[in-house]
Amino acid sequence: MDADYAIIGGGVVGLSVAWGLLKRGKRVVVLDGDDGAFRASRGNFGLVWVQSKGMKQPRYAQWSQQSAAAWAGFASELGESTGCDVALEQKGGYDLHFSEETLQATVAQYEMLKAKLGGNYPYDVLGQNSLRKEEPHIGSKVVGAILHHQDGHANPLRLLKALADDVRRLGGRVLNGRIVTAVSKPDGFRVHCDDGTVVGAAKVVLSAGLGAAKLGPKMGFKAPIRPQRGQVLITEKLPKMIYRPSLIARQVDEGGIQIGATNEEVGLDDRVTQPGISGLAAEAIAAYPALARAQLVRSWGALRILSPDGLPIYQQSRDMPGAYLVTCHSGITLAAAHARFLPDWLEGTGAAPDLEVFSEDRFAVS
Amino acid sequence: MKTASPFLELESSPRVRVWFDGAPLDLPEGANLAAALLAAGVGVFRHTPVSGAPRAPFCMMGACFECLVEIDGIVRQACMLEVSEGMRIARPHQAEGSDAAQ
Repeated sequence: MDADYAIIGGGVVGLSVAWGLLKRGKRVVVLDGDDGAFRASRGNFGLVWVQSKGMKQPRYAQWSQQSAAAWAGFASELGESTGCDVALEQKGGYDLHFSEETLQATVAQYEMLKAKLGGNYPYDVLGQNSLRKEEPHIGSKVVGAILHHQDGHANPLRLLKALADDVRRLGGRVLNGRIVTAVSKPDGFRVHCDDGTVVGAAKVVLSAGLGAAKLGPKMGFKAPIRPQRGQVLITEKLPKMIYRPSLIARQVDEGGIQIGATNEEVGLDDRVTQPGISGLAAEAIAAYPALARAQLVRSWGALRILSPDGLPIYQQSRDMPGAYLVTCHSGITLAAAHARFLPDWLEGTGAAPDLEVFSEDRFAVS
Repeated sequence: MKTASPFLELESSPRVRVWFDGAPLDLPEGANLAAALLAAGVGVFRHTPVSGAPRAPFCMMGACFECLVEIDGIVRQACMLEVSEGMRIARPHQAEGSDAAQ
């Protein structure tokens, strides 16, 4: 037996879980893909986000809140041990609206969710004038915004780097360039890779992003996940002009303004398109007119990992007990929960979070 | 403005008058603007709006966005431009922390 856990997938999700398990003294091997793999962890938007999550499933809103609340401690511990500042900022975030109707409709939904969460859903509705005081660069087409105080953002690439560094520092083995082809369980688990590598482990976590769609069914999971493309832009570094993030734009710690993101059902195609980029730029300029003069430095596409209802999946395999599927769309937001709380669920301790609503049972009728 | 430059001038084309940060410079017409400014002794093209640290051309091929200058109110990469008569070149985002992008 090489390890207590073999983690299939070395992105933010897999590394967060690995980090949490290593902190508890577990022996961990992480099997990471190669440069041809779709890597959501290297292309995402970097929000640590609560609002709008779990509108139909309050437990998801709560799980996001628990992670957001644990993020500061997680980031500082990671920063201290690696010297890598993941640039977490949690001063709230905006949902910007271009019409009074959509603003009011969203507020009505938030009120319903807030009641289900026992009142823990701290947000303010800002009209144009009060929003201008907070964000002097906001354009006149924006009629208002919802400022949710539990929202924030971080530098997702530095998070990935810090996790990868610290997992190794804590004694985890990270094997890069491995494509896992099969998982068998003669006694303990054996994870087989295309280069002949075989890793033995007492338990297995499948956190391979889109790779789980293929590997999951071989391990007894439904894994009904699909790719959804998001195109993203980033500008030259600019003087501070956006103070809080939104889904439309955020100013990253390094000064550039990241503009996002499209939602496209185009299969395993992570290219950028001219209409995609133009649409993003137009929306960002509508929100922040000064961006019309900013220079774009890069554009890229990445693939989200979505379940049918958009919620994470946390499932132990019935065919292969000891194998767990961990997959979600919001690996950055949930990184702290995955690092701090998921190990209790994997270990089956009394402190395990209740993740029942995230099981695959919800996909039974299809 | 003219200081000793470690860069050699290779262009032999006729010189034209441009202005950098308000000061006149005579640069070879059609030369790469970033290269011509370096050869003319401009060491610091701008200061980054993030930390205020000085910046100059690095990659000379349009990738690094370090050689940014402002021409006619638009921030552009000097290494992607050619010298032309009458260019008015300013340092971008000069008003630190203000509405420089507007």
